[in-house]
Amino acid sequence: MAGHPDNQAGTGPHIRKGNAIPPPPENEKDIHRHLDRLARKERGRLLAALIAHLNDFQLAEDAFQDALERALHHWQKNGLPRSPAAWLFQTARRRAIDTLRRTANFHSKQQEIAYETRLNGLMAQDRAEMAMQQAPAIPDERLRLIFTCCHPALDKKSRIALTLHTLGGLTTSEIASAFLDTIPTMAQRLVRAKRKIRQAGIPFAIPGKEQLEERLDTVLSVIYLIFNEGYFSAHGDSPVRTALSAEAMRLARILLALVPDQPEIEGLMALMLLHDSRRAARFDATGAMVALEQQDRNLWHKESIRQGLAFLDAAMSRHAPGPFQIQAAISALHARAPDHTRTDWPQIASLYKELARYRPNPVVQLNRIVALSYVEGPKAALLHLKEVEDALSDYQPLHAARADFLRRAGHVTEAEKAYQRAIELAGEETVRMFLQRKLGQMLRASN
Amino acid sequence: MKYLALIYSAPNTGPAPNTPEFGEFMGAYQAATRTYQEDGVLLAGEALQDTSTATSIRIRNGKRETMDGPFAETKEQLGGFYIFECANIDEAIRYASMIPTATYGTVEVRPIMEISKD
Repeated sequence: MAGHPDNQAGTGPHIRKGNAIPPPPENEKDIHRHLDRLARKERGRLLAALIAHLNDFQLAEDAFQDALERALHHWQKNGLPRSPAAWLFQTARRRAIDTLRRTANFHSKQQEIAYETRLNGLMAQDRAEMAMQQAPAIPDERLRLIFTCCHPALDKKSRIALTLHTLGGLTTSEIASAFLDTIPTMAQRLVRAKRKIRQAGIPFAIPGKEQLEERLDTVLSVIYLIFNEGYFSAHGDSPVRTALSAEAMRLARILLALVPDQPEIEGLMALMLLHDSRRAARFDATGAMVALEQQDRNLWHKESIRQGLAFLDAAMSRHAPGPFQIQAAISALHARAPDHTRTDWPQIASLYKELARYRPNPVVQLNRIVALSYVEGPKAALLHLKEVEDALSDYQPLHAARADFLRRAGHVTEAEKAYQRAIELAGEETVRMFLQRKLGQMLRASN
Repeated sequence: MKYLALIYSAPNTGPAPNTPEFGEFMGAYQAATRTYQEDGVLLAGEALQDTSTATSIRIRNGKRETMDGPFAETKEQLGGFYIFECANIDEAIRYASMIPTATYGTVEVRPIMEISKD
């Protein structure tokens, strides 16, 4: 049965960090803020433990929400409990027992027996802990939760939303605004995903050995998409977007603690840190995007680079390459280069070739061609571009790359056309500004 | 839980009858079915005659309409099914992935609704 803390072989070490919770609050406002912070920090762990315990996503979430509301009233009246997290967990569990009792409605005898067994188990545990005056044990079930949220049977956007919603510290409205959805649309998406988990029998479990690698890649991809949404989407550096990137890094750190010594997780961590190190250099004072080529490398965050390279070194020492390590290695070559021209482009091009084995898609090919253009020259790159032109005919970066190759090859008129096409396709204002500036520079230089 | 695996493919996309590939293909089906039986997950499984043999029926205002052909004219057609008894969708996906038609067609996995019998 799920829910017994000592009964999960293979779930990895249960880390229970010494929680650095700020000093006890003094007034009602402080209680509110304290609870808020606690909810953000502990939500993933408590919710995961409750789901494991109750075997029901929605029930666990409703009960947790209920416990938070009760906590506010109760703590304001009686002060903080000794262990606020344990208080929340126990209260949520009791709320869930109440709900189960109230809504009991069986289609079969079998269901009724299963219900009785479950309820008795829950109550017995609660009673035992009460009798021993013990704080309830809260096992760390977040790894099971993240594998459930990132299950390939769920659609991609739902995986992201569900992961942020359950393990992340973001509210539904924050997630909705980050993904440009309305709150009801996002709430509906979450409800549907949870319903599918229940009805389709998506297990709350860590996949078996033969599936682990593939499923871990799906989890890491979800985390990386969250990061990208906060980094590459080029909506500028709004607080919500920065929060998304920070959230992705937090999730990766949790994963790293739950599955130590996994080179792909280290690779993802390295990749995100290396990207993040360039955050300050990516937009200029007018809010336009600045290409890698023109970035002021003095603005790159040295400590993030140092950490990123350390993660990459640790990953590579395990001699089990994978797509995230390769992407991090590419990013590391940029981080190590003194400037754009003195970058190890041949090595970057060959890493993209390697990456294409794991991610056989035309975007990876395009990136390889861009790297090759600094090795073989823009004319050769224009020829290579033919291989991906059909697949990426409406893809803005393809036209931007083409424009760049044409400009470098001295074909100003054709380059102008390609820039115009890229500008047409650019969804984001920051990217449009960037392309317009490049076009303007080219036209001025050719006059 | 019970899962239905619906096997879809476009006509004439699989190995043609009377070729060595077809023999291998049928062998792969037998091997998959044997695995299902040995693992105790097989509740049912059948291949269907092609959609030109299908008849669709509707009752409207108490009157029966009978039509030649499948319910929906789609490129990929339902060609067979299995019903598995599995602990969860991961198991169902694992068994459904052994269906040889998945290599060129599509297998859709659907949980079967539990309705009380007593």
